[in-house]
Amino acid sequence: MPDIGRVVVVGASAAGLTTAESLRREGFDGLITLIGDELHLPYDRPPLSKQVLLGTWEPERTAFRDDATYQRLDVGLRLGATATGVDLDKRSVALASGDHVPYDRLVIATGVRPLRLRQGHDLAGVHVLRTLDDTLALRAALARATSVAVVGAGFLGSEAASAARTLGLDVTLVDLAPVPLSRQFGDELGGWVGDLHRENGVEVRTGVGVSALLGDGRVSGVALADGTTVDADVVLVAIGSAPATDWLTTSGIPLDDGVLCDSTCQAVPNVHAAGDVARWHNERFGALMRVEHRMNATEQAMAVARNILGDPKPFTPIPYFWTDQYDARIQAYGIFPPGSTMTVAQGDPAHRKFVAHYHHDGDLVGVLGWNMPRELRGARALLTQD
Amino acid sequence: MRVTIDEDGCVGAGQCVLAAPDVFDQRDEDGIVVLLDETPAPHLHDATREAAVLCPALVIHLAE
Repeated sequence: MPDIGRVVVVGASAAGLTTAESLRREGFDGLITLIGDELHLPYDRPPLSKQVLLGTWEPERTAFRDDATYQRLDVGLRLGATATGVDLDKRSVALASGDHVPYDRLVIATGVRPLRLRQGHDLAGVHVLRTLDDTLALRAALARATSVAVVGAGFLGSEAASAARTLGLDVTLVDLAPVPLSRQFGDELGGWVGDLHRENGVEVRTGVGVSALLGDGRVSGVALADGTTVDADVVLVAIGSAPATDWLTTSGIPLDDGVLCDSTCQAVPNVHAAGDVARWHNERFGALMRVEHRMNATEQAMAVARNILGDPKPFTPIPYFWTDQYDARIQAYGIFPPGSTMTVAQGDPAHRKFVAHYHHDGDLVGVLGWNMPRELRGARALLTQD
Repeated sequence: MRVTIDEDGCVGAGQCVLAAPDVFDQRDEDGIVVLLDETPAPHLHDATREAAVLCPALVIHLAE
């Protein structure tokens, strides 16, 4: 084990916490400091747009660990602390408080921030959904509302639309793309997702962009590019996110849609990145990728911890992700690049139970299951064959 | 080692089955975890720990 005294992890969510826990599991007995800009104990995000928004889980249930566990792990938690910069020469992280936290190894796990609409975003009633506080604010707003417009039909927007509809609101789902989840899984699969939303009573307005948010002080609706308007008491903006790297701009750490890393998740000597913020070379697919999914946060953080302590090995995962909407559990392994060809390999989309294969340039690159988890796990094996 | 699971929080990812197929399985209909072995033998402990760490819903709990 190399002579490392202090590891500082910036970002106290799934990737940051898993880094800290993995370091301990691998036998590291030096100092670990976990810095997070939120005040909550580290918590899990996937339930936010599902169980927490629906109100079936109390927010406390999303906490990863309790206070006693952090003490037992001997992890120094600095919550409510915003990192503002890194000095690579002095090996220290600057905090907004003026403190400097020295490190021997730094792990960047600051995740992403939701994108905002350029105009109208500051109206009351306009929400984003990334943090627990965002979720509780949206949940409270939905409880007082009768209608909600969700701008953006990716994973988050689709899940939030599902939750809001389940809560009994009038829901309109808007996206410039022709169908929901188009960018993620292509138009045919996305068409079935759109059907699912329509059958559950959502007004799906895809293929049309947003031209403005309407309202004076408080939002009253959304104006669409085709000249129509959607009335809404609440608007959720779910148009994607950007890596939270603004604090690194002058650090000398390479940034390009995330912290740019080599195949071992190292950005520069002594600095690694993990989770949503990390863009690394995945040798399995021969491509730079940045994966904003929960499973990757765990796997990449484990890889980073092992690479810090031992011989660095390339991180070559098969990305896994899932989304729950109404009674549909859609799960996927692999990658789904634009231009892929989708074929149904098992089951039947008409029965809402199937496994689809995605080919790109003749290679099988992704498998997707819709309410077929066991079969999908079997299909995963196809991705590991040459 | 004693394994407990919080079925209610399971998201059916199947990572546990990939990591420790002798200890975990999934229900056919929804992929929810099925615990095959509450007290796995010592040679399965490493795989079981790996499964607990990988679980994206953190519903596998180990008492050692």
